Amino acid sequence: MPCAGDPSELQAAALRTQDRSFMTLYAVVFYILAAVILVATGLAITRRNLVHAVMYLILSFFGSAMLFYLCGAPLLAALEVIIYAGAIMVLFLFIVMMLKVEAPQKKVFPARQWLPAAGLGVIYLVVGALVVFSDPGSRVTLEAALATPRIFGQYLFQRHWLSIEIVSLLLLIALLGALYLGRTKDRGGTPEVEDQS
Amino acid sequence: MLTWIAGFILLIVKLGLVLGVLLLLAAYLVWVERKFLARLQIRYGPNRAGKFGLLQPIADTIKMMTKEDTVPEAADRIIFLGAPAVVALTALLMFAVVPFGPTLMIAGRQIPLVITDLNVGLLFIFALSSLAVYGVALGGWASNSKFSLLGGIRGAAQMISYELALGLALVPIVLLARSLSLVDIVNAQADYPFVVVQPISFAIFVIAAMAESKRIPFDLPEAENELGAGYHTEYSGMRFGLFFLGEYVHMQVFGALVAVFFLGGWRGPWLPPPVWLLLKIMLVALIMIWIRGTLPRLRYDQLMALGWKVLIPLALVNIMVTGAVSLL
Amino acid sequence: MATAWESVRALASGFATTFKHLWRPPITEEYPEYKRPLPVRSRARIILTRDPDGAERCVACYLCSAVCPVSCISMQATESEDGRRYAAWFRINFARCIYCGFCEEACPTSAIQLTPDFENCQRDILKLVYEKQDLLVDHQGKDKEYNFYKYAGVATDVGAKGAHHREEKPVNIRSNLP
Repeated sequence: MPCAGDPSELQAAALRTQDRSFMTLYAVVFYILAAVILVATGLAITRRNLVHAVMYLILSFFGSAMLFYLCGAPLLAALEVIIYAGAIMVLFLFIVMMLKVEAPQKKVFPARQWLPAAGLGVIYLVVGALVVFSDPGSRVTLEAALATPRIFGQYLFQRHWLSIEIVSLLLLIALLGALYLGRTKDRGGTPEVEDQS
Repeated sequence: MLTWIAGFILLIVKLGLVLGVLLLLAAYLVWVERKFLARLQIRYGPNRAGKFGLLQPIADTIKMMTKEDTVPEAADRIIFLGAPAVVALTALLMFAVVPFGPTLMIAGRQIPLVITDLNVGLLFIFALSSLAVYGVALGGWASNSKFSLLGGIRGAAQMISYELALGLALVPIVLLARSLSLVDIVNAQADYPFVVVQPISFAIFVIAAMAESKRIPFDLPEAENELGAGYHTEYSGMRFGLFFLGEYVHMQVFGALVAVFFLGGWRGPWLPPPVWLLLKIMLVALIMIWIRGTLPRLRYDQLMALGWKVLIPLALVNIMVTGAVSLL
Repeated sequence: MATAWESVRALASGFATTFKHLWRPPITEEYPEYKRPLPVRSRARIILTRDPDGAERCVACYLCSAVCPVSCISMQATESEDGRRYAAWFRINFARCIYCGFCEEACPTSAIQLTPDFENCQRDILKLVYEKQDLLVDHQGKDKEYNFYKYAGVATDVGAKGAHHREEKPVNIRSNLP
């Protein structure tokens, strides 16, 4: 994509979309990405090897990042890769590697456990489909737009500063909680040594 | 249509040039490193293959290409085969946003001397450098050997820790340049390079960058006297070569990034801009080799303490001070 | 603050040291062009030496073969008409030899000795199996004087019983007088 980030090109693409009703290149890419994300996520939740599951989840996050880029939000795409694919999944992988978790044996969950989950899933699917197909907005093609980091930042930090502060407070509390849990009771020695004695 | 084809051809030419120069430079950076390190240790270094050992990289490449590519029986085959590519690929891709000259005007057409000027170029680099962890971690895990696994775990922990310091060190640069695009950052240094106003950021960035590229004194993931060769113990032939290539391309990329963020990028008198960028990359690389020749490897707790207790708080304070000064 | 200054100074002195080394001429000895004379007792290719009279020293006692940790020495003992023991054949497989020098230490006659000559690679591994004629040399090696049969008390061409160094006359078994 030599000039996918070019706003004028995107606007031209949007105009072309409105002119004709058949699938544009962008729509094709969108559906391919969507399929990749769905398949990768499906594989991620069915793998028994945890590292493989993590890999598929990374692939799924990658797809989402590309979807963001396609929709004109390169900042979100980059953040998705950095935070989700790059940091959180590395932590997952790290823990899987550290604990050396063996793949669990194949077992059948009792119906009491999976029936409510399946029921909720079906309801969610039906409601989602109804919302998508009843909303007239779903039939109008998406207007391509480009959110540069500057515009995105101004929107976020000028219009929604209070929410940002509340969320950051939440993160601070989580941080303090982790600090409290990780603190050793006695500063003199490590707890492992105390447990052994 | 014609302009589109012309643009496409131009892009391919630029890609080819950058890739060629990068790979050639990576091969000869190995030679430079071996020579320079040897002189630091009062040795000659390679001097058999060709004059001054200049054919050594070619000999090494032939050796690695013709070696048997073994896969351990207990390894996770697909991940094992793919992991080296992740390391080399992420390192090479980072160069896509590095500008190596001002916009040229040839026959009335603007030719930007950068492969792609992303408006989130800096974040693109972070995304790739955070993905580079997977090459190390998965390579170590898939080998199914305890040394490799330990190397992979160490690599993952180290790279995650220093990623933060790396990112925070660059926030003041973004504050000063008011853009995430690398082209704009270089343009913002027209009057003076940012190292003059951001020496602390510069120091943090260089240390974190060395930790990211897993070089001595931060080479715990491959600590040869404890872990064999760490995460690439089980690799042989060109797959090991890819890890090696990734490391040296990483060195160049970080040289280029230090140049772009702190030393004014391609700016410099008399010489053409790409030459200046190359000179700065080589300067950073030589300093990295000098550091390798001088400092011993850190202990693991020292590594973590340096990252979390020194570099990150320092970077945060630096951001606050820079923000306050630029508001005044 | 004082410790910070200390560590900066320590770092700087380290970098200064390596920087100074950069300008020193390398001390490397370039091997094929310059071959450093090795000490006589350095351990490499094994030889079988002769005593000062020119006879073989080896008495085929199998001690070297027994002590060899990689079992690379083999031989067959036999005896000549004049009473000397010697090896009918003697074979060292240098492809297995680890040059530990145990054979030299075990040898009672100073026959087997290690020499500083280490340049004996072969492309064909079987060429590294040395037979007796490859091992036998025409000098005394490191031990110039020693001649086992002059002390041995065995009647050979070197001397009859009682004629050896520091040897008393044989006891007359047909008489019980002192």
